[in-house]
Amino acid sequence: MGEILNLAFQTFRAHKMRSFLTTLGIIIGVTTVIAILSLIEGLNQSVAKQIRSIGSDLIFVTKFSMVRMGPTNFEEIAERPDLTPEDALAIKQLSSVETAIPTIEQNFAKLKYRDKEVAQTSIEGSSEDFSKAYNYIVEIGRDLNFDDILYKRNVGVIGSYVAKNLFGDESPIGKDLNIGAHRIKIIGVYKEKGSFLGQSMDNLIVIPYTFYDKTFPRRRATVFEKAFGGYTISVVPKPKMVERAMDEIRELMRRRRGLRLDEPDNFELGTQQMLFELYQNITRVGFVAIVAIAVISLIVGGIGIMNIMLVSVAERTREIGIRKAVGASNQNILLQFLTESSVLALVGGIIGIILGVLLALLISIVSPLKAAVSLWMIILGFGFSAAVGIFFGMYPARKAASLNPIEALRYE
Amino acid sequence: MLCLAKDIYKIYTMGKVEVEALRGVSLEIEANEYISIMGPSGSGKSTLMHILGCLDTPTRGEYYFEGKKVSDYTDAELARIRNRYIGFVFQNFNLLPRLSALENVALPLIYAGVKKKERLELAEMMLKKVGLAERMRHRPNELSGGECQRVAIARALVNNPKIIFADEPTGNLDTKTGSEIMEIFDRLHSEGRTIVLVTHDSNIAQHAKRVIRLIDGKIVE
Repeated sequence: MGEILNLAFQTFRAHKMRSFLTTLGIIIGVTTVIAILSLIEGLNQSVAKQIRSIGSDLIFVTKFSMVRMGPTNFEEIAERPDLTPEDALAIKQLSSVETAIPTIEQNFAKLKYRDKEVAQTSIEGSSEDFSKAYNYIVEIGRDLNFDDILYKRNVGVIGSYVAKNLFGDESPIGKDLNIGAHRIKIIGVYKEKGSFLGQSMDNLIVIPYTFYDKTFPRRRATVFEKAFGGYTISVVPKPKMVERAMDEIRELMRRRRGLRLDEPDNFELGTQQMLFELYQNITRVGFVAIVAIAVISLIVGGIGIMNIMLVSVAERTREIGIRKAVGASNQNILLQFLTESSVLALVGGIIGIILGVLLALLISIVSPLKAAVSLWMIILGFGFSAAVGIFFGMYPARKAASLNPIEALRYE
Repeated sequence: MLCLAKDIYKIYTMGKVEVEALRGVSLEIEANEYISIMGPSGSGKSTLMHILGCLDTPTRGEYYFEGKKVSDYTDAELARIRNRYIGFVFQNFNLLPRLSALENVALPLIYAGVKKKERLELAEMMLKKVGLAERMRHRPNELSGGECQRVAIARALVNNPKIIFADEPTGNLDTKTGSEIMEIFDRLHSEGRTIVLVTHDSNIAQHAKRVIRLIDGKIVE
């Protein structure tokens, strides 16, 4: 066996350029697959981690579905009643619910403090339990409290990104910042939380929803503003009570809205788990596409190998005759050529694995995407290329093995 | 008795035409014989050698090698017989161009499952025997015709075969080199080897102790 391997590598070296070109298909195929798989894997890992870090087992009550795919009837959604802070209060009373908060937000606000400003900041109008629901921890100052909500105070807690960029080393507590013409007094700063899907979770300001309502009037000019504006309610269920909480919330909301038995829900319930599943569905489509690309390029690479092996068998007809004359069996010859095609494919596979890993690392360095290379991908790349080598090498190898030694010896 | 051929026919089908290369050949070869098969081209002498050398099987008739009926052996069994008991020397040497003289000689031992170190030792010994020890690292294209044929003879010997078949071994060589090669065969015979020479050249055939003439697929003498 060592002898056969040795022989295969000799042949590889004897035709360096030819061998390289032959394996190019495999190299490209394996490189693409490894690079993209490790990026998807990296994305999956960070999304899973991040979705968990948003908050624990949140249930979202919304007007429109966050996870439904396919056509959506925006007119119908626009006609649904808005969710209200009163709904949140009612949900909060349920036995399976820890707390429920109303949230109303706008995403691309500009905050100013003296001559400095930050952009793309989320303004969250919410209640005193916002930090509890979304796992924020107050680092300096204090959190919102019930009085802030009740008296519609113009106070806010800011994320670490806002604090760093507007105040630098200064303490932000007690300072006033501006949102447009509105002034808000900062009472606290949240501890840094990192980013979610490449978006910072620290570029935000949380203010009492009562103050938000007063300051930023709800716009209802278009169907989309009607459908997507307004409150959502985030619910923290009691431990291990997600299912029960969902049932109770649905029951409660239907009752509050006086829906008859035969009427469908005019609100939607979603969970973080559903969000993650939605995300996985999206990446699964990508995954299938990758597999298709991989299969096609490996077939192309395999055909290349088969072609060159047929050439090789024809070129070496006399060699095959000689080997048979001195006692090589058909099986010896079969194994020799099969090893050769496998070595071709495997060398391509190994180069492809190395390039793929490098490519993934490169992408992680120059872009926010993070790659996660794992052993199974390398094994997959290895296995696939070996399989291609054997599968597409089989026909030429059988052809070589079945040559008649006498005719092979006469071959010029 | 080493080889026993009984009424052998070999028929090739070329398109719709059947060609009878051998038409009822019977032949016995004893151990230690030095025998030549003579005949003009197309007489079937190469075909006969291929069957005697287990490279091919007869269409009809029986062939016994060392008392075993090999005429209905499978390809794999024939390969084993060739590997263990038979050595070939061809007119055009049939060396592998990418291997050195030493590796060419060692080639049959690979298929006999001999370990590498032992293979190279044996091959070197054989090359010494044919007087080529100092050129064993050279490739065939760096060797003269006579030297190539010596390598081929060394290769035929390396498995310590029971019988050596030489098919026009001097056909590609000048007269002087040819007679040097024939001296090697003579010496091998005197050492107790069984040798079958296939040739159309009566001068060469005379080296053998027994001459068989083949015309149109039949033994005439």
